[in-house]
Amino acid sequence: MSTDNAPTHSHLDDLEAESIHIFREVAASFRHPVMLYSIGKDSSVLLHLLRKAFYPAKPPLPLLHVDTTWKFREMIAFRDRVAAAGDVQVLVHINEEGVRQGISPLVHGATVHTDVMKTQALKQALDRYGFDAAIGGARRDEEKSRAKERVFSFRNAQHRWDPKRQRPEFWHTFNTQIRRGESVRVFPLSNWTEMDVWLYIRRENIPVVPLYFAKPRPVVARDGALIMVDDERLALREGETVEMREVRFRTLGCYPLTGAVESGADTLDKIIREMADSRSSERQGRVIDHDPTASMERKKQEGYF
Amino acid sequence: MGAPTTTDAGKGLLRFITCGSVDDGKSTLLGRLLYDAGTVPEDQLAALARDSRRLHADAGDALDFALLTDGLDAEREQGITIDVAYRYFHTARRSFIVADCPGHEQYTRNMATGASNAELAVVLVDARKGLLPQTRRHTYICSLLGIRQVVLAVNKMDLVDGDEAVYRGISEAYRALAQTLGIASVACLPVIAPGGDNVGARSARMPWYRGPSLLELLESADAAPARAVDFRMPVQWVNRPDQSFRGYAGTICGGRVARGDEVVVQPGVQRARIERIVTADGDLDSAGDGQAVTLCLDRELDASRGDVIADALRPAPVADQFTCHLLWLGDSALLPNRAYWLKLGTRTVNARVMAIKHKVDVNSQARLAARHLELNEVGYCTLGLDEEVAFEAYADNRTLGGFILIDRQSNATVACGMLDFALGRSANVHWQHVDIDKSVRAASKGQQPLCLWFTGLSGAGKSTIANLVERRLHALGCHTYLLDGDNVRHGINRDLGFTPEDRVENIRRIAEVAHLMVDAGLIVLVSVISPYRSERQSARELFAAAEFMEVFVDTPLEECERRDPKGLYRKARAGAIRNFTGIDAPYERPEAPDIHLAGAGRSEELAEQVVARIVATFDGGADG
Repeated sequence: MSTDNAPTHSHLDDLEAESIHIFREVAASFRHPVMLYSIGKDSSVLLHLLRKAFYPAKPPLPLLHVDTTWKFREMIAFRDRVAAAGDVQVLVHINEEGVRQGISPLVHGATVHTDVMKTQALKQALDRYGFDAAIGGARRDEEKSRAKERVFSFRNAQHRWDPKRQRPEFWHTFNTQIRRGESVRVFPLSNWTEMDVWLYIRRENIPVVPLYFAKPRPVVARDGALIMVDDERLALREGETVEMREVRFRTLGCYPLTGAVESGADTLDKIIREMADSRSSERQGRVIDHDPTASMERKKQEGYF
Repeated sequence: MGAPTTTDAGKGLLRFITCGSVDDGKSTLLGRLLYDAGTVPEDQLAALARDSRRLHADAGDALDFALLTDGLDAEREQGITIDVAYRYFHTARRSFIVADCPGHEQYTRNMATGASNAELAVVLVDARKGLLPQTRRHTYICSLLGIRQVVLAVNKMDLVDGDEAVYRGISEAYRALAQTLGIASVACLPVIAPGGDNVGARSARMPWYRGPSLLELLESADAAPARAVDFRMPVQWVNRPDQSFRGYAGTICGGRVARGDEVVVQPGVQRARIERIVTADGDLDSAGDGQAVTLCLDRELDASRGDVIADALRPAPVADQFTCHLLWLGDSALLPNRAYWLKLGTRTVNARVMAIKHKVDVNSQARLAARHLELNEVGYCTLGLDEEVAFEAYADNRTLGGFILIDRQSNATVACGMLDFALGRSANVHWQHVDIDKSVRAASKGQQPLCLWFTGLSGAGKSTIANLVERRLHALGCHTYLLDGDNVRHGINRDLGFTPEDRVENIRRIAEVAHLMVDAGLIVLVSVISPYRSERQSARELFAAAEFMEVFVDTPLEECERRDPKGLYRKARAGAIRNFTGIDAPYERPEAPDIHLAGAGRSEELAEQVVARIVATFDGGADG
């Protein structure tokens, strides 16, 4: 065997290889896996890694988008372009019961909306298709309870996470055994940071939703956040005015729940430089996280990603 | 801070853990380290200040850095760390992944989880207390999981007035401990975690210490884990999009491979040359440890997930019996001879612990005799697998030497193990070929061989029914044998008692004997309580599908106790017999028996039900 000097591999190469290993382990070990596709930058990286992991074959598992009906229009357009590429199947699930009830983040608040249109909708979709492994883009650096989660995270038949009884996880030797009705959530980006994600997007030239790049957009200041007026459903309250401001988004979710940040970063280089100087955390713009401190842990126990 | 923005900084990523005794200030030290590295965002700092004031009203504006790392509600409530928390930070010099590990003995399994992927450990000691049993335990677990570099941080130096002699004493004691455990590299330093002394910067309070700060030590530590030199790649997934392409996808776990190299697919002996090394970014001329690739070979081979592609000139050893260290993680104890799933690399096979040579007291490292292993105990064991596997000693290759055991009933991860070496005896015992086989023997008897396995509580009526069934079969001209649990205990199993580990071995031997008799062409009736699902499943797996029928004699405990034909329930209730099934030992009901008998009925009718089923299989021409 060749014993010449091995080229040194970068941090991103290590992370990429680890993620690909995880994808392949899922495809080889589960009957009916799926990849949760939320259209954001992490999902873009996940999709890129999914394609790489199985090249030259097409990805052997579909994508699932849980559509709350309140995503930015540019996100939906981006998703539809991904579906049109044709190499991956994109399933879309909407909680129709929630739609009938008229659940809205503007009327019912972030907590109810998130529970009905995301958590419940996700569980409906997993049950409907009988998925036994759901891959997601969550990273441990996002939030404290995520920092504690395993790469292969067990869920009982009710989709619940029990943080005190997680399976120990050694090396990259993952326990993929489950009974019928049980499932796992799998996080190939567990060890990536927000900075790694952007560096990788730049290195690999991965397309992302244009909302991440700064440009003048119509926003309204509400409850300490800048909310983009993406469609006519966002009725202005008394005293509110729509202003054009140069903003971008650090994370993407439902538009009434996602705060924009004022920024001039309109290229990847500028985004990366801005992040290096940033003194606030990524999910700060997420209204749903501003419940009591441990809200993510509770939502996750109930089945949220 | 100097975030690596222009490149992703080719400096090695360092994966390390922090561990140490409860209350030694581990979470505080890590929180302070993150703070000093400048990686705590402002909104998290604001939340930290708020939480610190709420929880420590008497401490003024001092920040409680431990709150940065304890993530779960239960942890914050109890003020302890339960599970590993992963943190990510970088300095201008390198990136770090740190696993903050719990200190309590009951969470040792979580600490070991963190240690399994780490190259270095930061061990904390309270200067007032010196080395504690937990310090020894954590250091031992680190050495067991293959960590060869440790930084000893002697914390709370302010509480011993920064006394250099105290620090020297602890450092020397620790170096001696590390040496006995085979930890090659130890660096020591005195710290005061809340103040950041010697954490991010040198301390003015301890001028006698002139060594590097903790952050400097971590930045300069050797990141490269022990790299195995011979090429190995466990096959993870066979990539076959169409007839024209067949590739073996996997992550290289040792050495390098180049196009044209000759490889062998293990545990077999088929050889081939590497034709292509495929990645989505184009083919490579060569690839090395840690890379995820897809290998194409120059000829069609029968290779699948679980096989190992290895350097043909320096192949991995192949064996099915080993010695190993086991760290038991299950809530119920390890039972020798019980079958578990073993996952090694990408291979999953049945495995049994054949013997526990000794267990190791994790606090003192003393060797103790043991018949089973409880949660968080470490044992040195011999291990037997149903099939041969390619492996490496854990000290040489973590991927091909480290395995997990999975409980076949609950699917829980019940152990992690580190392979040591193969036992020579397995290589020298081969299956002898015989010309007269089971089908020939069965044909001369004019019957389909079968194992009827009667399970149920003592007094359920198993032996009575089995006896009636055998009489009826005999009358039909069948060649039968009744293996009764009580009778077997007078002979082949006379050395076994009724502890869980002995019950497991009792069933294993009976199943093997029944298997020999079925091989001889007989219809075997086994009548034995066989209280554990796991062992009944193992018995079933010895036989072909149509050769085994589980008969559940389902008689309620109250009825068995009322009958009490041998007076055993009375003795058990009086405490004269221990480990009595149904009283103070469990009976795990079959979930899907082939025949389910309501045991309170008349024995003759129940026996007739069984006979009817057997005769039906004869007519159906089961394939034996």
